Amino acid sequence: MSEAAAIAGSVAPVRTLAGGSAVLPIAGEGLVVRRGGRILIDGIDAAFEGHGITVVLGANGAGKSLLLRLLAGLVKPDGGAVTWAGRPPDRGRALGVGFVFQRPVMLRRTAIANVRYALKAAGVPRSERDAIARRALQDAGLEALADWPARLLSGGEQQRVALARALAPAPQALLLDEPTSNLDPASTLAIENLVGLAREAGTRIVHVTHDLGQARRLADEVIFMHGGRIVERAPAQSFFDGPSSGRAQAFLEGRIVL
Amino acid sequence: MQDLGGAFAQALWLIIELDRDLVEIVGLSLRVSLSAVLLAALIGFPLGAAIAVARFPGRGVVVAALNTFMGLPPVVVGLLIYVLLSRAGPLGELGLLYTPSAMVVAQTVLVTPIVAALTRQTVEDLRGEYEEQLHAFGVGAGGLVATLLWEARLSLVTVLLAGFGRAVAEVGAVIIVGGNINHVTRVMTTAIALETSKGDLELALGLGIVLLVIVLVINGLASGLRSAVAQASHV
Amino acid sequence: MIRRTLLRGMFAAALLAAAWGLTPAQAEDDNFIIVQSTTSTQNSGLLDYLLPMFTEKTGIEVRVVAVGTGQAINNAANGDGDVLLVHAKPAEEAFVAEGNGVERFDLMYNDFVIVGPSADPAGIAGTSDPVAALQAIAASGATFASRGDDSGTNKAELKLWQAAGVDPASASGDWYRETGSGMGATLNAAAGMGAYTLTDRATWVAFENKGDLEIVTQGDPALFNQYGVILVNPEKFPSVKADQGQQFIDWLLSDEGQAAIASFQVNGQQLFFPNAQ
Repeated sequence: MSEAAAIAGSVAPVRTLAGGSAVLPIAGEGLVVRRGGRILIDGIDAAFEGHGITVVLGANGAGKSLLLRLLAGLVKPDGGAVTWAGRPPDRGRALGVGFVFQRPVMLRRTAIANVRYALKAAGVPRSERDAIARRALQDAGLEALADWPARLLSGGEQQRVALARALAPAPQALLLDEPTSNLDPASTLAIENLVGLAREAGTRIVHVTHDLGQARRLADEVIFMHGGRIVERAPAQSFFDGPSSGRAQAFLEGRIVL
Repeated sequence: MQDLGGAFAQALWLIIELDRDLVEIVGLSLRVSLSAVLLAALIGFPLGAAIAVARFPGRGVVVAALNTFMGLPPVVVGLLIYVLLSRAGPLGELGLLYTPSAMVVAQTVLVTPIVAALTRQTVEDLRGEYEEQLHAFGVGAGGLVATLLWEARLSLVTVLLAGFGRAVAEVGAVIIVGGNINHVTRVMTTAIALETSKGDLELALGLGIVLLVIVLVINGLASGLRSAVAQASHV
Repeated sequence: MIRRTLLRGMFAAALLAAAWGLTPAQAEDDNFIIVQSTTSTQNSGLLDYLLPMFTEKTGIEVRVVAVGTGQAINNAANGDGDVLLVHAKPAEEAFVAEGNGVERFDLMYNDFVIVGPSADPAGIAGTSDPVAALQAIAASGATFASRGDDSGTNKAELKLWQAAGVDPASASGDWYRETGSGMGATLNAAAGMGAYTLTDRATWVAFENKGDLEIVTQGDPALFNQYGVILVNPEKFPSVKADQGQQFIDWLLSDEGQAAIASFQVNGQQLFFPNAQ
């Protein structure tokens, strides 16, 4: 909690388009997830507030994506609890926590209708949805594709629609689960720019990635995970300069971490 | 023995002549079966989708039961509805027996499990793809059902067709609850049964061919509807 | 937006169609009766011939449910019909005795015939004694198709087997084939497998798929086939349209109705012989 607060700097004004009430801080306490006798998340405490980007690094199976789903309230922990602004996650505030999946899930309708759908779910009045959706697509550089069937767009375009869709309700937090792992460099850059804009707008971002270069470009803070635990959580600069754990060191050097 | 060529000639003649009785019978067939399919859709779409989305103890049993009911024998459904609608039965007061309404009810009972079971399968296949994303949007159970049904809309047109095919082709249920009364409850299939029992196999086969042509036309219309839906809403 | 409009449109259309399917065809027209009758009266064309005359005279529409006699009696015993017109005298009398019908009247008769393949494996062509004919069929093991559906014809056939001292049930599936269906379907089956069968003459004459079959045995009093008509008891079933039903029965039994029955012909043959008292 203190580390997160340390990087928060000035507290951004809380926008309340989505969900109405606050979701920050998003916190997990004593989180444990077991599946078939294996412990996938092994006692994690972590809280996110203020603004800035926390990049979650770690090898496959470290529990990064699962942690993100726990924080989003999509997966119930077997032990411990997640809270949003001190209360358990609820449907009413779900759009206050945007989520972008590794593979974009496009509804069978136009790009802009996909965005409008999220706004409707967020309780935005019908008369305002179209304008907000159009602006969100504009921010993503997608205005020309607004009326295209979403599922006919390229993978990169779909992921940008997914990000625009998550950002349209002006969430207080944005959780990104390896959003660029299937994308080409141009699409990756477009996504990174969009994430940067969201950060500037004061959105608290937690970004899971494999991509060290991306982590260096985006991170204000780094969490390094291994074996279902948080091994290290540090400001980006100090982490990349010299991580305190041997495993993180090995990971940064591109060695195989077991 | 009458020959197949005769049957085709008979069918062609029936269509060209546009016999008034035939038009009436075809009209009633369409009216009864289309009504039944639409009623079945009103019940079966939400029911199937709800079962696809819900998680509750005994769900497997419900799904198995639904799949079993797809194979309900029409005669059994006809008897069941007859027992209910008979003057001596619990709903006898309604005076529905031997009316087209009774036939609609019977076919609805016959078709609803088909619509519900196929919808359940279709929606469940989509659920895996969409559920997490929709939860992330804060969409509740009702919204999940509605959204998945809409996402499945193209497949659901085919589901309706399957139901319609079953309804329009069955004879066992409508002949019991409708009574095959001339100008009142005679439809294509009961007319075919009647001509068969008169030994006029050529006319019976001819009527059968006309029935096939009708189903073909309905299929054509449905595939037109499918592509219209696809174009209008971008799939 | 398209979606909402389309959904609403579809929903409205479905409701409309459902309403369309569920509303009675003639909303106000209640001037009809339902007659539970047998396939022979319908398949021969008799009812198609008689009913328009009656409807023209009285304005009462007659809706016929044509099933086997057994099923017709059961339906009427459930109150599903106003008039019963069948051919199984003992069962009809029991129907009245149980309070389901008001009174039974003799209406008309025709006769049963035994038909069989022209090769005539039982050697009974041209005979008139049905009992001897059935004994010959059983002895030769030639195939016999039975209705097996508790219809009037089926009851008559079983009585003849009894008189012949043969228990056909023991040969069921062997040379004795129970089709469990109507006269027409049974004749189709007999034509298909070259079997003997018992049929009423009316259905036989009007039947169009005779194939190789021809009449082998006819003309004995034991083949007499009496039709009766009964008003379903309105005291037991208040929904029965006693007035219109009685009008129909009165007309059938009147000189006019009886003459109409006598005048019905198929291929130049009279098929039913009126015999109201």
